[in-house]
Amino acid sequence: MSAPHDHLYLVVVGHVDHGKSTLIGRLLFDTNSVPDGKKERIEAACKAEGMEFEYAFLMDALLEEQAQNITMDTTRVPFRTPRRQFTIIDAPGHKEFLKNMITGAASADAAILIVDANEGLREQTRRHGYLLSLLGLKQVVVAVNKMDLVGYDEKIFARIRAELTEFLGKLHVTASHFVPIAAKHGEGLVHVSTHTPWYHGPALLEALEQFRATPPIAGAPLRLTVQDIYRFDARRIVAGLVEAGSVSIGDPIEFSPGGKRSRVKTIETWPAANMSGPVGAGLPVAITLDDELFVERGQIGAPPSALPTEAREFTGRVFWLHAEPLRVGDTLPLRLGTQEADARLVAVSRVLDAVTLDASLAPATEVKRHEVAELRLRVRRPIAFDAGGKIPALGRFVLMRGRRIAGGGVIDSAVQPDAGRDDTLPVTPASRTTLLGHRGAVIWLTGLSGAGKSTLSTALEQRLFRAGILPAVVDGDVLRAGLCQGLGFSDTDRKENIRRAAEAALLLAEAGAVVITALISPFRADRQLVAELCRVRGVPFAEVFVNAPLAECERRDPKQLYVRARAGQIPKFTGIDSPYEPPLAPTLELRTDLEPVEQSLEKLFTLAATLARESDQLFADSGSDI
Amino acid sequence: MSHLDELESHSIYLLREAYHAFGKVGMLWSMGKDSNVLLWLAKKSFTGHIPFPVIHVDTTYEFPEMLEFRAWAQQHYGLELIVHINTEARARGIGYETTDPVTVTHELKSVALQQVLGLHKFDALITGIRRDEDSTRAKERYFSPRNAEFEWDYKDQPPEFWNHFTTEVGPGEHVRVQPLLDWTEIDIWRYCDREKIPLPGMYFARNGRRFRSLGCMPITKDVPSTATTIDQIIEELKVTRTSERAGRAQDHHERNAMQKLRAKGFM
Repeated sequence: MSAPHDHLYLVVVGHVDHGKSTLIGRLLFDTNSVPDGKKERIEAACKAEGMEFEYAFLMDALLEEQAQNITMDTTRVPFRTPRRQFTIIDAPGHKEFLKNMITGAASADAAILIVDANEGLREQTRRHGYLLSLLGLKQVVVAVNKMDLVGYDEKIFARIRAELTEFLGKLHVTASHFVPIAAKHGEGLVHVSTHTPWYHGPALLEALEQFRATPPIAGAPLRLTVQDIYRFDARRIVAGLVEAGSVSIGDPIEFSPGGKRSRVKTIETWPAANMSGPVGAGLPVAITLDDELFVERGQIGAPPSALPTEAREFTGRVFWLHAEPLRVGDTLPLRLGTQEADARLVAVSRVLDAVTLDASLAPATEVKRHEVAELRLRVRRPIAFDAGGKIPALGRFVLMRGRRIAGGGVIDSAVQPDAGRDDTLPVTPASRTTLLGHRGAVIWLTGLSGAGKSTLSTALEQRLFRAGILPAVVDGDVLRAGLCQGLGFSDTDRKENIRRAAEAALLLAEAGAVVITALISPFRADRQLVAELCRVRGVPFAEVFVNAPLAECERRDPKQLYVRARAGQIPKFTGIDSPYEPPLAPTLELRTDLEPVEQSLEKLFTLAATLARESDQLFADSGSDI
Repeated sequence: MSHLDELESHSIYLLREAYHAFGKVGMLWSMGKDSNVLLWLAKKSFTGHIPFPVIHVDTTYEFPEMLEFRAWAQQHYGLELIVHINTEARARGIGYETTDPVTVTHELKSVALQQVLGLHKFDALITGIRRDEDSTRAKERYFSPRNAEFEWDYKDQPPEFWNHFTTEVGPGEHVRVQPLLDWTEIDIWRYCDREKIPLPGMYFARNGRRFRSLGCMPITKDVPSTATTIDQIIEELKVTRTSERAGRAQDHHERNAMQKLRAKGFM
């Protein structure tokens, strides 16, 4: 495969001072990729600063780098040979700049691993080798540099080759070639050095020309990463990236996590007229669906017959970049594709020394900066992924600390919730929490008839469900038609009505649901009783005052109750001839007359999600079930 | 999938991520070739819409032909266009007639940009810079944070890989989103050719000269050229030994001028 567009992204890694920047500078110079005058300008600058000219300065642009003689950050520079277009991603070797090396190497197709013949394998030679394998880079050529300093000694070259071959073999990485070079003098780059007649392989550039650009995955089922939903007109356009497979009009498509299914109705394009497909792997796409599904960012579109894995727990390998270690029990935002969810580090099964590849035998409690570890993560709601490198983009993730990417990793396998559990153990509140990913709670909406309780409870139910939280609604009207049949509107009956509603809500909450009650519940004393019941049973409780003035409720009058009450047809109607005692200190007050329902809903959702998830008991059972 | 398809796909991914991640997005537009590719990619990303304002930082030293193009393109694409001039600096007498080009660039471009950012409270600015233009730009991230003082901390840039970026900022900070980083000058021309993207006529040779890069009138020089078509421009670029911004005086006024300008907020 050597089509003219076959553009190769190349990363150069290796130990500090083994000659990466010199090699790159020399490659640029020898392929005529340096603009006229640049070398002369740098020579003049070096003279001004009293430094010897180095080819490395062709790459190192920033003042600090020239001063300290180390490359500070990832740089990309294009160069071409008659046969190939390349972009070099220069990743620095200084230990503290590992993040830049990862940033560069993660997007490369192939790597040059450079080793100083004089020094042999060093710490970063091995560490970078390990990271190349973790990043999935399998095309590697080894440049054994500074051969001039060891008298072009074949034995030294052979020893380094043997040592590195063994190390890379353990990582399932095979170097395509080991090339002896002296970058400073341009030997072994374009042509094999005349000083190494014992070497019969290709020069470095020839070796690079043999690599292939990483092709998009062919033959895999569709994986459409949803980036956003656009509503520029009345339609909902699902925009995203085809990570694998292809998509055409009429294709059945299911969105994970969640499992909503439809068919592709149109493929939206600009400036050309809309097309029918297929849109293949690696391309952006914008589609509409046959049904007005609620699809959201983070979901993955796939054929119903070949869905990605959905799970809340998985094992994987990570590399850690943040100064603050990753500790067992830490909860951090995890991003995979466009999905984002909080993940908790459940266990570290072993920390690998990336230099010796020795594993610590005892499980560790933390992963320090620049360490690599095998671990188990639990996400607070199900995520969709493809483990084991089948579709790389959907099997790797990053962990955030603050606003920064703190580490990255690959998923090895999903852990199903019941695997390895003892099924004779009793079901406890904690095990329910483990199963659902949240605990139960009671969100008690109180307010006048027509204030918006039913509307909000239904909307919140949908919102929670979409967020992966199990909701349940206890509605006053429904209760009165069933559980509370026969109760009237006397103070005693109202009190009994509330008590039954509270008991029903508690049963559901103890089973793990986040319960939203929609009852007028006009009396303070009754509501206090509910709060007390919840406290005794250990169920989180929030009182929400759905507040609209009587005049507004009467204007709305969705069930025409006020009209009938005013006409004397409904005796003891709250607000008309029976009092409403507003809460004195509600957890939340929603002025439904002043703000749109979406705004009230967001406040309500935040409260409910917080109650359900922010609990010190949330993962209290992790010791027993892992 | 061709190399241009790959570049286009990744740029569209970045534009969509930026639009999703930030509350107030603005896109810089200089009417130059890269800027026009950026407009085009935005149109493609959002199925024919550009759902954010387009900002032209007008130095008052613009070529008249570029201003004509600006008016035409605004109409043609239906742009929500913000034109901003640092009138305060001009009133103080800052200009190429009196001041060195680095100071003028800083005042009329970087400071002007800071003003327009503060005025509209943008938390993300989409720019059309490319890594191959300049060695300091080569070190950029796709999503590159700037602090409230507008400074670029190039010594401690956040990691960025596997399509995950810096998408949150603190108060007063913003992120430069740079979808064209991976594109080269030749890629830009090939894409303009493939997509038939409208461009200012000054890029094409007239009387044996053309502009390779367009900036302020007093400090932008044309180059000898006979290229009147994109094909001819590409053939010229394949053999050229001078850098693209060689005709832009402010870059070369003193040693490391670009680095100093960029650390203080220049694109």
